[in-house]
Amino acid sequence: MGNSKRFDFENNVAGALADDQLRRNLRNAMDILVDKRRTVFPDTATLEQLRSAGNAIKRRALKNLPQLLEQLEANCTRNGIQVHWAEDTDEANQIVLEIMRRHDAPAIVKGKSMVSEEMHLNHFLEENDIEAMETDLGEFIIQLNHETPSHIIVPAIHKNKDEVATIFHDKIPDTPYTENVEELTDIARVVMRKRFASAKVGLSGVNFAIAETGTLLLVENEGNGRMCTTVPDAHVAVMGLEKVVEKLSDVPPLLRLLTGSATGQVITTYVNMISSPRKGEEKDGPKEVHLIILDNGRSHILADPELRQTLLCIRCGTCLNHCPVYVRIGGHAYGHVYPGPIGKILTPQMEGLKEAGVLATASSLCGACGEVCPVRIPIPDLIRRLRNESYDQEGSAVVEGAGYKKNLAETLVWKGWELANRSPLLNEIGTRLAGKVGNRMPKIGPLKKWTRVRTSPQVAPTSLHERARKEGVKDE
Amino acid sequence: MSSHTARERILSRLHASGTHQTEVPEAPLPPQLSLDLEARIERLTELMTAIRTEVHIVEADSWIETLKRLAREKGWKQMLYGPGATIGPAIESAWSADSQGLPDLVTYTEPVETFKDDLFHIDAGITTTRGAVADTGAVVLWPTVEEPRLMSLVPAVHVAVLDADTVYNSLTEMMAAEHWSDGMPTNALLISGPSKTADIEFTLVFGVHGPKELIVLVRK
Amino acid sequence: MEKRTYPDPSSKVYFFGTCLVDAAYPDAGMAAIKLLESHGVEVVFPQDQSCCGQPAYNSGFVQEARAVARNQIRVFSKPYPIVVPSGSCAGMMKHHYPPLFAGTPDEAAARRFSERVYELSEYLATVVAVNLEDRGDPVTITWHSSCHALREMDVIRHSKALIRQLKNVTLVELERETECCGFGGTFAVKQAAISAAMVKDKVDDITRTGASTLVAGDCGCLMNITGAMAKAGVTIAGKHLAEFLWERTNGQ
Repeated sequence: MGNSKRFDFENNVAGALADDQLRRNLRNAMDILVDKRRTVFPDTATLEQLRSAGNAIKRRALKNLPQLLEQLEANCTRNGIQVHWAEDTDEANQIVLEIMRRHDAPAIVKGKSMVSEEMHLNHFLEENDIEAMETDLGEFIIQLNHETPSHIIVPAIHKNKDEVATIFHDKIPDTPYTENVEELTDIARVVMRKRFASAKVGLSGVNFAIAETGTLLLVENEGNGRMCTTVPDAHVAVMGLEKVVEKLSDVPPLLRLLTGSATGQVITTYVNMISSPRKGEEKDGPKEVHLIILDNGRSHILADPELRQTLLCIRCGTCLNHCPVYVRIGGHAYGHVYPGPIGKILTPQMEGLKEAGVLATASSLCGACGEVCPVRIPIPDLIRRLRNESYDQEGSAVVEGAGYKKNLAETLVWKGWELANRSPLLNEIGTRLAGKVGNRMPKIGPLKKWTRVRTSPQVAPTSLHERARKEGVKDE
Repeated sequence: MSSHTARERILSRLHASGTHQTEVPEAPLPPQLSLDLEARIERLTELMTAIRTEVHIVEADSWIETLKRLAREKGWKQMLYGPGATIGPAIESAWSADSQGLPDLVTYTEPVETFKDDLFHIDAGITTTRGAVADTGAVVLWPTVEEPRLMSLVPAVHVAVLDADTVYNSLTEMMAAEHWSDGMPTNALLISGPSKTADIEFTLVFGVHGPKELIVLVRK
Repeated sequence: MEKRTYPDPSSKVYFFGTCLVDAAYPDAGMAAIKLLESHGVEVVFPQDQSCCGQPAYNSGFVQEARAVARNQIRVFSKPYPIVVPSGSCAGMMKHHYPPLFAGTPDEAAARRFSERVYELSEYLATVVAVNLEDRGDPVTITWHSSCHALREMDVIRHSKALIRQLKNVTLVELERETECCGFGGTFAVKQAAISAAMVKDKVDDITRTGASTLVAGDCGCLMNITGAMAKAGVTIAGKHLAEFLWERTNGQ
């Protein structure tokens, strides 16, 4: 859990803001994704109805979460899927390792899974002399370059084709340099086909797990997910416990919201619904299917009625695409698995406020994310809530590390502000004083930061209170 | 193994979380697609064609001619089919009548473990379908013993035979009409087009790990 | 956004200036009051008013925010509509006061208060239904939408409708009109580097429109953007909507 390097957000931000190419790539990518989403949801009224429906379906799932997980487990087990529970990522990793050892598998082929990133699975397996092979093209690219994903849906979006060409040429044996995207894709196809054919174990995430039938649903465009979950002897699916939904009929609206929001598609190339390992006379499909249900702090998040809404997330990434902060700093700057607005509310709750509370300050609360979230997570409200938790004024905070920002200086400033704004007299004095000396304040502290790129705010010599009084505007 | 204890601990935290008090607002779905069969087929064709699926609307009794023509034009060397599938006999008799210029027929009779090497070199695979959904544009497959899962994934070309009267308005409609909730198959699939990616600079490339071509023969 | 019912145009209104207008943009505040008065609306400006509480509310200082908000609820006690020349402050009082006071003795009072809050352009366009006569020289302007005016109060269409009534004003829209300018209250200081990048892009966008004046409905945004323009030597003026409308309709 956590990163080996100390998380220095300010430093990350500075680096990202100075990286012109990164910013160009991000801006281009986000524009495309925003436009695609707009095109695939042409009718606002319909979209708003669909978002409300998605919100209700996920709320219903959270409301009944323990029962649904038990129902999921029962149905999966009945179908022959082996269900495991992991309290944290260490336990989840151990379960995967045990399966790998039992199959005597030196390598695992992986479909894209954010939960596996949360587990730092690849690193863990490598420490145990097992090769983790990413098969999604974007994940493959960044794995070759020893990077982590910078976006939930398009992990390599910060890379240009010449960068990809260089990576392939340098890191894949006997590979010529080409910037032709079709050729690059073909190189990856050839590499992967060998891997799919020889792997004993395949790993995937889960987009939705349906309790009613014990079904794991996965969406993808490339076909690597189906390869990883069908060819090898064993398929291991890892999922956060909030991914369960009640019924099959809940799936179509959520699917529409997910594919439309994530990539601007009406539907992905494949929707893969897995309910059982190979049965009877079937000739393919894995002989073993495992489902690992991961908690890793989610049960704690669930315990707070407001913060619980964090778990509505269907991991579409559209909040990232619309965020004015994300487009300028990219995913790596956030220093943790989940970037962007969802990352701002999820990461501090998973890693604690001392480690990640700074992320809750990295928002102007513009509301662009909340406006597009397909399941109506009130992200700005939750960011604000985490700021409250950071100071824990009322002593009722629930997030780990709450109150870490409490300090006398800031408390005094706000108390002073409160007094000035509750007392008309103090307010009057304050404004008059500001009118006289405000424009000659020394540029220290906040004013110093402000004036790095702006002129000082000009305090007016006469306040509106005075003007209104002078010009005879009635007081009551 | 600690997994058992983990289960109890996780579930007890979930039960104690108060989440059962989560409010669930009333939120009906927006109006669903409701078209007649002709319009559904049109819509399905439009959506699938837009993502590079090759759709052929054929008369039920001449679909095999279309298949043979495509096989010859595209120069497939081998075509994987399921002899036990409903289309199996028709394929066999058409091929035995005149196999000139046609791919060799291959069958998926062994389990994937021993068939893998051959499977990964086959040009084309042909399967039946369970139906299709018009609102999002996809065919629906429930792979079987006769037509295993990988037939629609590994060969570079996937030919999907779809009966026109199994085209539904939506997945919602299909799931309800066919009572999917009574029991799901080991694997169910929606397939909308050939495999693709836009991971490199959003440049769209078709034919990644799944088939490069998807051909749908809609039998009227 | 749910449709709201509007008061009678002859209603007396309260004017909530906002602390920023009070200290830094009193001309805009007076212009707004005069706009209302010149259209027959009787305006009351309670001298005891101060801040809506948003700065503390967004910074994790809920208790202080509540205390200051309570002051406004107390001061604006009569059932008059409360007109606010800021989408941000209006949004705070309309949408965030009810949850801020949920579970407290002031819950009902807060809700009644919040239901009476209107953003200025919303009030002028729908209730007063002004008909503005442009007496100014031809000018090209651009408009910045504050995030809260756009998303919380949904009043941009009213602001633009008012601008479009002015015959000699050419409105050139920004390429990224709906993107945040980077103010975000304390965000501009707490995440100064990111904020600086955001305001720089906003200034570039404004410059590219060829406008001579930037008009905005929120003084926080205005202070942020005009400050950045001035520092960068960009000679585009920035005006609050109220001041702009008043000047145009009074031949200034």
